[in-house]
Amino acid sequence: MSPDELLPPIELTLALALVTTLLLVLIGVPIAWGLARWRWAGREALAAIITLPLVLPPTVLGFYLLLLLGPDGPGGALAGLWGARTLAFSFPGLVFGSVIYSLPFMVQPVRNAVEAMGDRPLEVAATLRAGAWDRFFSIGLPLARAGILSGAVLAFAHTVGEFGVVLMIGGNIPGKTKVLSLAMYDYVEGLEWGNAHLLAGGMVVFSFLVITITMLLERRLRSRLA
Amino acid sequence: MSGLSAALRGRRGGFAIEAAIEAPARAVTALFGPSGAGKTSLMRAIAGLDRLEGHCVLDGDIWQDEAHFMPVEKRGVGYVFQEASLFPHLNVRQNLEYGLRRAGPVRVIGLDDAVSLLGLAGLMDRSPLYLSGGERQRVALGRALLSQPRLLLLDEPLSGLDGAAKEEILPYFEALGQRLGLPVLLVTHDMAEVERLADRMVLLRDGKVVAAGPLNRLLTGAGIGLRGGREAAAVLLGHVAGYDTADGLSTIAVEGLRMLVAGRAGPEGGAIRIRIAARDVSLALSPPRNSSILNVLPALVESIEPVGDAEAVALLRLGEQSLLARLTRRSVRELGLLPGLSVFAQVKGVSLLTGPGEAERD
Repeated sequence: MSPDELLPPIELTLALALVTTLLLVLIGVPIAWGLARWRWAGREALAAIITLPLVLPPTVLGFYLLLLLGPDGPGGALAGLWGARTLAFSFPGLVFGSVIYSLPFMVQPVRNAVEAMGDRPLEVAATLRAGAWDRFFSIGLPLARAGILSGAVLAFAHTVGEFGVVLMIGGNIPGKTKVLSLAMYDYVEGLEWGNAHLLAGGMVVFSFLVITITMLLERRLRSRLA
Repeated sequence: MSGLSAALRGRRGGFAIEAAIEAPARAVTALFGPSGAGKTSLMRAIAGLDRLEGHCVLDGDIWQDEAHFMPVEKRGVGYVFQEASLFPHLNVRQNLEYGLRRAGPVRVIGLDDAVSLLGLAGLMDRSPLYLSGGERQRVALGRALLSQPRLLLLDEPLSGLDGAAKEEILPYFEALGQRLGLPVLLVTHDMAEVERLADRMVLLRDGKVVAAGPLNRLLTGAGIGLRGGREAAAVLLGHVAGYDTADGLSTIAVEGLRMLVAGRAGPEGGAIRIRIAARDVSLALSPPRNSSILNVLPALVESIEPVGDAEAVALLRLGEQSLLARLTRRSVRELGLLPGLSVFAQVKGVSLLTGPGEAERD
């Protein structure tokens, strides 16, 4: 057992979770804002589609993502632009899958926060001469920040822990797509209990820290908004 | 025309609104009526927060007509909502500066003046979460004024407050239009607020304007339906003419007549409004002698309208302004009261509605 071989999956997992979370904040907040504030026909349909990954077995989602990213899908066509054959079994493919998989975890808390804020603060801001973008950045985002934090932490943790989707679209390639949860599985399969214990114990401590820090931060944010 | 001129129509929550509203500069115009009369809907449409059909013009600038709809943030409306709606993530100072920073040159009031006008100096670094209801509403008013509005809209700003908080904050709302040179619209269903704050009044019922005009005329006029009520009263405008320290009485001049009122009314020469309830006025054909009543005013009976089974309300002209008297119909008959008759109005109770304020007269 050597801790050196533990490092690549941990690094990969953290990189994947960080990039995914960053993208989710950029994509999820506007989507949540649109779902919470704009009355339009396809609203609930979009909400249902975004929520699907919550209910679908990850392998089913992974299967469709594999088709989407593979050589015969749009992902393959996209990859062809830089000479690759497929987006599957690659880091960008993992990021894409993770974003889809964790989107509901980002969108729901933000949507709830924006709905809880209501129209009034934005109306007040409008009477105080703030235009639409100004209102979004000066009032909307700050008042939704507890929801954004919750969403980001949930999405991050969910990405760190995902298994089925990354197995389907990543293929468990060491150093490339073999994330922590897959490495863990392999150690147990190979009866390497020492490494399995290190990873598992590390994950428990990590998760505990993340949840505690988030709860404290959120409580501070919320008490300042009450 | 200087001030606001709006004619709006449409449906809101299942009932129809069709109302034309004028609000001149330097005056508080109250939108008064029962809940569901469309007051707030009209106010929101004037601000541009909701959309009704029609037009809305301020000082000659078109905010809305068939072809245009100016967004809220371009209009310059100071809007004070029933709930103060302060931004919870900003402290008092940042709330006040929010509109100020976006407003361009100071035209209405600067930060320091607003802080001293509204007594906010001690609150500046506090979070809105730890303010009392009255304090919050003062900050909300300051925030609205500091956005340098061209029109101030007050949407039941006092109705979320209890009696004590209301008393604390009322003086800040007095004579706002006058002091700041703005047209002010006040939505309320509380007659006491109208009597104390308004110079003009628009009476709304079921989305329609029933009557509109100077306060004194609306409160006392025929066919408006306010003067027959149990709490009917006239609000008269005058100025302070003196104070007798020995008796503790202030002399108030109204339409060239002098009235004595208990208490200190304010600096001599200052404008003042007084309230005289219809029930506190009785009539005599000759000046009474040996009476405890201090205030006896010569007046002209303008009209007499029956109220209920046994009573009547008489409209009395006092120069440019009017007074109400509630009498039994038997007294009307026995005194031979008729329109055109000169009488003496014996006023048993006068209350000071403190603060300056000058309404239009007609």
